Amino acid sequence: MASLDDLKKRITSVKSTQKITKAMKMVAAAKLKRAQESAEKGRPYSEKMNNVILNLSNGISDKNNAPKLLSGTGKEQIHLCVVMTSDRGLCGGFNANIIKKAKNHFMRLSKEGKELKIITVGSKGNDQLKRAYGEKIIQNISFKNSKNANYFDAEKVGKIIIEKFVKDEFDVCTIFYNQFKNVITQIPQVQQIIPLKTESSSEDKSEDIYEFEPDEDEILSNLLPKNISTQIFKAMLENSASEQGARMSAMDNATRNAGEMVDKLTIEYNRSRQAAITKELIEIISGAESL
Amino acid sequence: MSEEFKIEIVNPEKSFLLKEDVTEVIIPAFEGEMGILKDHISIISFLKPGLIIINAKSGEEKYYVEDGVVEFKNNNLSILTSSVYNLKDLEKSKLQNLLKEAEEAANNEEINDQSKYLIDQKIEVLKSLN
Repeated sequence: MASLDDLKKRITSVKSTQKITKAMKMVAAAKLKRAQESAEKGRPYSEKMNNVILNLSNGISDKNNAPKLLSGTGKEQIHLCVVMTSDRGLCGGFNANIIKKAKNHFMRLSKEGKELKIITVGSKGNDQLKRAYGEKIIQNISFKNSKNANYFDAEKVGKIIIEKFVKDEFDVCTIFYNQFKNVITQIPQVQQIIPLKTESSSEDKSEDIYEFEPDEDEILSNLLPKNISTQIFKAMLENSASEQGARMSAMDNATRNAGEMVDKLTIEYNRSRQAAITKELIEIISGAESL
Repeated sequence: MSEEFKIEIVNPEKSFLLKEDVTEVIIPAFEGEMGILKDHISIISFLKPGLIIINAKSGEEKYYVEDGVVEFKNNNLSILTSSVYNLKDLEKSKLQNLLKEAEEAANNEEINDQSKYLIDQKIEVLKSLN
């Protein structure tokens, strides 16, 4: 059995760990609120953008002549996967979930004989993927210095992707991120952004006739690159809300575990203290008896 | 009723402005300035750098935008833009910064005609604001 001193040391160490996890939980909770707000505030933009593009692609005159960002290059050989993770750890299964999803996708692609290229956003994803897919990672982007997800960063990523697309470096682009559902649930998402999948929403089959100025094609080719950045920004917002949510519940669990551990150690400490006292008493009594 | 319609300016971070008592909006559309009144035909267009002038019951407001998309439908005007500033809050120093950036971009020789046109527009507008 560990000595009293050792037990005491362990109790204080667990207690101080608990203090740290508790503080982290509180920080995450505060950040989560902000991240959630900005995720909600960012939704109208991406929704409206989607709507406009939907209306535009319905109205486009010549489907064969549509911009490549919308219709694709005509083949599906080279896949670019953008895996978006966090820059910091200690957030439970947050990063692991995205990586798992991404790896499944990679496996399927390689079974189908497709070529794979990876861009990682966030250093944690890069750390986990570089062992298995090191030679496939063509770029790692990290925004360690920016405090919150901002559009400027998203635009940077978008530009990189479009640049590569223009140079014919890939045919299909998919992004991976966590969608924020609530504090304990984050759903890893796979979303294809190039070529764009326009899901025609059945309830809003607007037969509206729009006037376009300049013509549809020109607006579309102007709008589609922006839409890529918008989608990435949306993913970044969802991701940052999810990250804080995941961290909050992970730290909550850690705090609770530490509390349980302190309780257990305290009982053990008291028990061994009692045992020591009893032992001493027995020694004294038996010593007195033998006289 | 009256001649009012709704305008919403959205940027990626939030819904920037929402007004329901607008009578006229002048937007810097790509092919020239465009005034929008109530019951305008549904239109989609995009913006070049310039000023959005909103005439509302509550007064006139001016915004500086650098790019964006405009959609008008059922008397709802939505403007999606990533860079919008209220002219009232736009300080001189910020203006100068924007101008300097634009001029630097204009000196970059690798740009194509369209972005060159946009940048020239931007410089012109910013100069007139200064």
